[in-house]
Amino acid sequence: MITAKNITKIYKTGVIETHALRNVSFAVEEGEFVAIMGPSGSGKSTLMHIIGVLDNPTSGEYFLDGKNISKLSEKDLADIRKDKIGFVFQSFNLLPRATVLRNVMLPLVYANVDKEERRKIAEKALLDVGLSEDHWLHRSNEISGGQMQRVAIARALVNNPSLILADEPTGNLDTQTGEMVMKTFQQLNIKEKHTIVLITHDQNVANHAKRIIEIRDGVIQKDQKNKKQIIIK
Amino acid sequence: MIFSDLLEEAFSALTVNKVRSGLTILGIVIGIGSVIAMVAIGQGAQDSIQDSIKSIGSNLIMVRPGFQRGSGGVRSGRGSAQTLTQKDADSIAKEIPLAQSVAPEISRSYQVTAKSKNTNTRTIGTVALYSKIRNIEMETGSFISDQNVRSLSRVAVIGPTTALDLFGEGSNPIGNKIRINRIDFTIIGVTKAKGESGFGSSDDIIYLPISTAQRFLANDDYVSMISIQTENQEEMTMLQEQITELLLRRHNIGDPTLADFSVVNQADIVETASSIAKTFTILLASIAGISLIVGGIGIMNMMLTTVTERTREIGLRKAIGAQKRDISTQFLMESVILTFFGGLIGIILGAGISFAVEKLANISTNISLSSVFLAFCVSAVIGIVFGYYPAKRAAGFNPIEALRYE
Repeated sequence: MITAKNITKIYKTGVIETHALRNVSFAVEEGEFVAIMGPSGSGKSTLMHIIGVLDNPTSGEYFLDGKNISKLSEKDLADIRKDKIGFVFQSFNLLPRATVLRNVMLPLVYANVDKEERRKIAEKALLDVGLSEDHWLHRSNEISGGQMQRVAIARALVNNPSLILADEPTGNLDTQTGEMVMKTFQQLNIKEKHTIVLITHDQNVANHAKRIIEIRDGVIQKDQKNKKQIIIK
Repeated sequence: MIFSDLLEEAFSALTVNKVRSGLTILGIVIGIGSVIAMVAIGQGAQDSIQDSIKSIGSNLIMVRPGFQRGSGGVRSGRGSAQTLTQKDADSIAKEIPLAQSVAPEISRSYQVTAKSKNTNTRTIGTVALYSKIRNIEMETGSFISDQNVRSLSRVAVIGPTTALDLFGEGSNPIGNKIRINRIDFTIIGVTKAKGESGFGSSDDIIYLPISTAQRFLANDDYVSMISIQTENQEEMTMLQEQITELLLRRHNIGDPTLADFSVVNQADIVETASSIAKTFTILLASIAGISLIVGGIGIMNMMLTTVTERTREIGLRKAIGAQKRDISTQFLMESVILTFFGGLIGIILGAGISFAVEKLANISTNISLSSVFLAFCVSAVIGIVFGYYPAKRAAGFNPIEALRYE
């Protein structure tokens, strides 16, 4: 599914070069639930941007679904994001003025899915993340943080992505709501067989995943199966 | 992204901040409104000028005396010379087939008395055809006939103002006598009111048979003007040339610049007057147009603010697969919708202003369909022009930075 080979990313600010990632290599198989863990400044966000096809690596190769996308144009990258990746952000990034349903349908607008079909897909995604029908027509700023994040997850699901990419999804939530969101991820992984990559600095959050990749100073420190996985019932 | 989605997105974005959107389009509303109103007033002026020129008659060529020829001596003013005669008029009618109707006239002012009242007014001695050429319609009675001209009848046709001055309101002057230069004339008709034409009132006037006027009032056969009408507008220029040529020949003048008459084409007068009115309209419209540009800058300003405010939204849209083009068309759509509605309201405002001007200031206005159509196009173009830069800026955002934007 995902193969990263010797990925290096260097940021240049004037004459100073910052090595955000150094020769990072790993692979994620279909159906996995991987947490990429590291403190701030470890390069995990840069890695997420590259996995999420928002950015190109300086060197190395990145394959998504067998396709080398480290050298694609901006336009092609947008197409890949549209078809293959579902993003979940720390700050939800919902459109505040739009209803829950409309927020979830948004990616389908860019995928040119026709209107009736959009609604069907969005409704199914909302049910999958456990958001009942009476919230659908609320504006997205009228619901709780936990609900907002689940709306955002539903939005990530609608284009049936190969990969769901979550960046600190519980960072803005209290522990209890965070648990609820993590449960949603686990269920999507177990029941719907979605591949999930989760970026976090929080060991507790990472412990919900099946596998944990630890990264520090742009280098992978540890990459192993999570033996102590917390499964939320 | 399909069009209806674009519309939906744009509308929902604009209605979030209704006050701001409203204030922003106010610039366009005022701009378009004043352009529409100014063009309507200018157009109205142009129309009324043309109407009053055309009320003299249509497809008209007028021949007037020019300078008295001859070197030295006291020269009188242009047009006052006695160089055109009845024979000139007759030969135009006879020798130029294009000249379908020819009406010579002799015009002079006299003191006119009727019973107890008297007035000073212009008399025109002319022929029957004059009423046809100059669009004179009768209120009561009839115009001078060919028979009147042949038999030197002492009859007169008077204008409604003259009738009012001499006989008072509501009276029927027909059959009454008026005295001009100690000669009695019987009134045989009253013309319909025509209003001021800008070339002297054609309501305060007395028409007499030309022969009578020449014999009893002027004592010569000079004429003050010859009006010639043709059927087709296309023949006007050719007719003008033929008349000039004929008269030069008749007056034995070799050099056209020394002509002792002038031939004026009515189309030229209309054109000159129209071009003055047009210049005036353009001047008004371009002053109003400045406010449109200011309005457009207002739109650009608001769109730039919006783009900055919605940086994260743009980042999100890009993250979920929006292409640059999707983002730029969305913002462009928003500005075009703003200017479109601004234009729409502006047209209504402009129509309101010109209506008010027409009612209150009594100036005729004319809102032409083309100016409305143009206003629509202009407002859409302003939306595109002033929305382009903000939209391009939005589309150029880096999704990673845009998502991090606080």
